[in-house]
Amino acid sequence: MSVLVYTESENGKFKKNAFEAASYAYEVAQQLGTTATAISINANENESLGNYGITKVLNVSNDKLSTFNAKAYANIIAEAAKNEGAKVIVVSSSSDTKFLAPLLATKLEAGMVSNVVAAPESTSPFIVKRTVFSNKGFAHTQINTEIKLIAVSNNAFGLVENTTSTTVEDFSPTVSDADFSTKSTEIDKVVGKATIADADIVVSGGRGLKGPENWGMIEELADVLGAATACSKPVSDMGWRPHSEHVGQTGKPVASNLYIAIGISGAIQHLAGVSASKTKVVINTDPEAPFFKAADYGIVGDAFEVVPKLIEKLKEFKAQNA
Amino acid sequence: MKILVCISNVPDTTSKINFTDGNTKFDTNGVQFVINPNDEFGLTRAMWFKEKQGATVHVASVGGSSAEPTIRKALAIGADEAIRVDAEPTDGYFVAQQLAAVVKNGGYDLIIAGRESIDYNGGMVPGMLATLLDMNFVNTCINIEVDGNNVKAMREIDGGKEKIETTLPLVIGGQKGLVEESDLRIPNMRGIMMARKKALNVVAPIDAIAATTDIKFEQPAPKGAVKLVDADNVGELVNLLHNEAKVI
Ligand SMILES: Cc1cc2nc3c(=O)[nH]c(=O)nc-3n(C[C@H](O)[C@H](O)[C@H](O)COP(=O)(O)OP(=O)(O)OC[C@H]3O[C@@H](n4cnc5c(N)ncnc54)[C@H](O)[C@@H]3O)c2cc1C
Repeated sequence: MSVLVYTESENGKFKKNAFEAASYAYEVAQQLGTTATAISINANENESLGNYGITKVLNVSNDKLSTFNAKAYANIIAEAAKNEGAKVIVVSSSSDTKFLAPLLATKLEAGMVSNVVAAPESTSPFIVKRTVFSNKGFAHTQINTEIKLIAVSNNAFGLVENTTSTTVEDFSPTVSDADFSTKSTEIDKVVGKATIADADIVVSGGRGLKGPENWGMIEELADVLGAATACSKPVSDMGWRPHSEHVGQTGKPVASNLYIAIGISGAIQHLAGVSASKTKVVINTDPEAPFFKAADYGIVGDAFEVVPKLIEKLKEFKAQNA
Repeated sequence: MKILVCISNVPDTTSKINFTDGNTKFDTNGVQFVINPNDEFGLTRAMWFKEKQGATVHVASVGGSSAEPTIRKALAIGADEAIRVDAEPTDGYFVAQQLAAVVKNGGYDLIIAGRESIDYNGGMVPGMLATLLDMNFVNTCINIEVDGNNVKAMREIDGGKEKIETTLPLVIGGQKGLVEESDLRIPNMRGIMMARKKALNVVAPIDAIAATTDIKFEQPAPKGAVKLVDADNVGELVNLLHNEAKVI
């Protein structure tokens, strides 16, 4: 009756959210007086999960699964859950896990809670805290079913190290051709750059930047910080930036450690989507811009003057701290 | 092609969120309800299929009679018929089971839902629905083309997009990209008049369980005041981010 966690990897390498989900699974296992098992698919270095309290890893190596397929992955995790007799399953909140989680919940007839931000406050009844109304509130939600599926928010529970020894077992689940009736034919993805979903820092630009030609300094700032770039909705609507960069209530959610908003007014829909970030900085010419009420640090000033200076100062800082 | 668009009736994005009854209920007082934005993009794409490929478009919503103005709006935008499952949408699993019954009765080829509803943000109804019906499923769908039974779709992934090929019957979790913001339609007078004559069928819910229950709600803690840094002293911001916030 262990707790099972799906530890997501990309090109064999665990994502940061895999370690966060593992940390969470370990905490739940502690509360239930059991152990935490991970299921990983085509991942290397499975032993590293032992840093986060995982005592057993079921590792699937299968070339058919080299590209993500929600149905196939969900079926594998469901089979692992059944084999392990797992009553609690933990997943992260990447776009792939958000795709597979509802399939998994239905397969297992598990009550599912998304956007979970804290360890269970009680395990009998089983109650977890999650965000609702796009971060404008929290709910304490009870799961009524025997099997429970918890999708943890990015960067909320955090990484918690608990070193333990880990055994890695090969796991060869049935992978049926029928799972591939939905087929990926091409992936177009930025490589070697942090994505909004897993970046520690996100640099975001709004309409105040006047036009797409002015994004050079945003990218340079992001580069210096190792950050992902994002934008407000009108910026993507006007085609200045790709839709995948649109953040906010109707775009991607941001839960980074640092969010820097440049030339963004701070409309309620924008703030809802980015407020889960730990530290927020705003740079805006208008001291009345609503973002100043939501930010931790702010500079009232022209982005075209402030950002180049900020890049320069950050380069100096990096040189000193290298 | 017969399309079902699943619609969630949600507070307008500008709503202040308050709770009532000892923080056990969402306070709907003074709140404007609208078609969930992700669903509206899907509905608009369905209109395209109606106009270009002769599709029939129905909308379904699980909710009480208070959801009817939102459903009528979908009819005014151009849906042909509507179904309201007369039950409180208590959790994602409950809603998915109700919608699965609607799909089985209606024989739909394509079911368009929103990737998530902006009230409870569960993001589970489309995927659960697809699994209950054993249909193909594409989440965070930003483009879809249908040719006979063959479907070419595009999905948003972290850091990019993915092309997908699949077949009908299919469920998608849609979002902006299915159509652009500028393609969204405001119902005109004629649409509103016609909507009054269209069928809005109220059906009784099937027996189903809610897998989860919200026990209590809470508002976020109030935020402290912003620390302002002078535009001529940008180095101070670097200092604060490093020494105080400890994020760089
Ligand atoms: C249903 C719905 C959903 C929505 N969802 C989202 C969403 O998910 N995400 C989102 O972002 N928006 C969303 N919006 C839109 C939102 O209401 C705002 O319109 C939008 O966020 C504004 O974008 P902005 O801040 O870039 O532009 P503006 O509001 O135009 O702000 C530009 C800012 O730049 C400042 N500025 C101008 N020049 C300079 C300069 N030289 N240097 C520094 N600052 C400068 C101005 O003072 C101003 O504050 C939604 C709206 C609706 C109705």
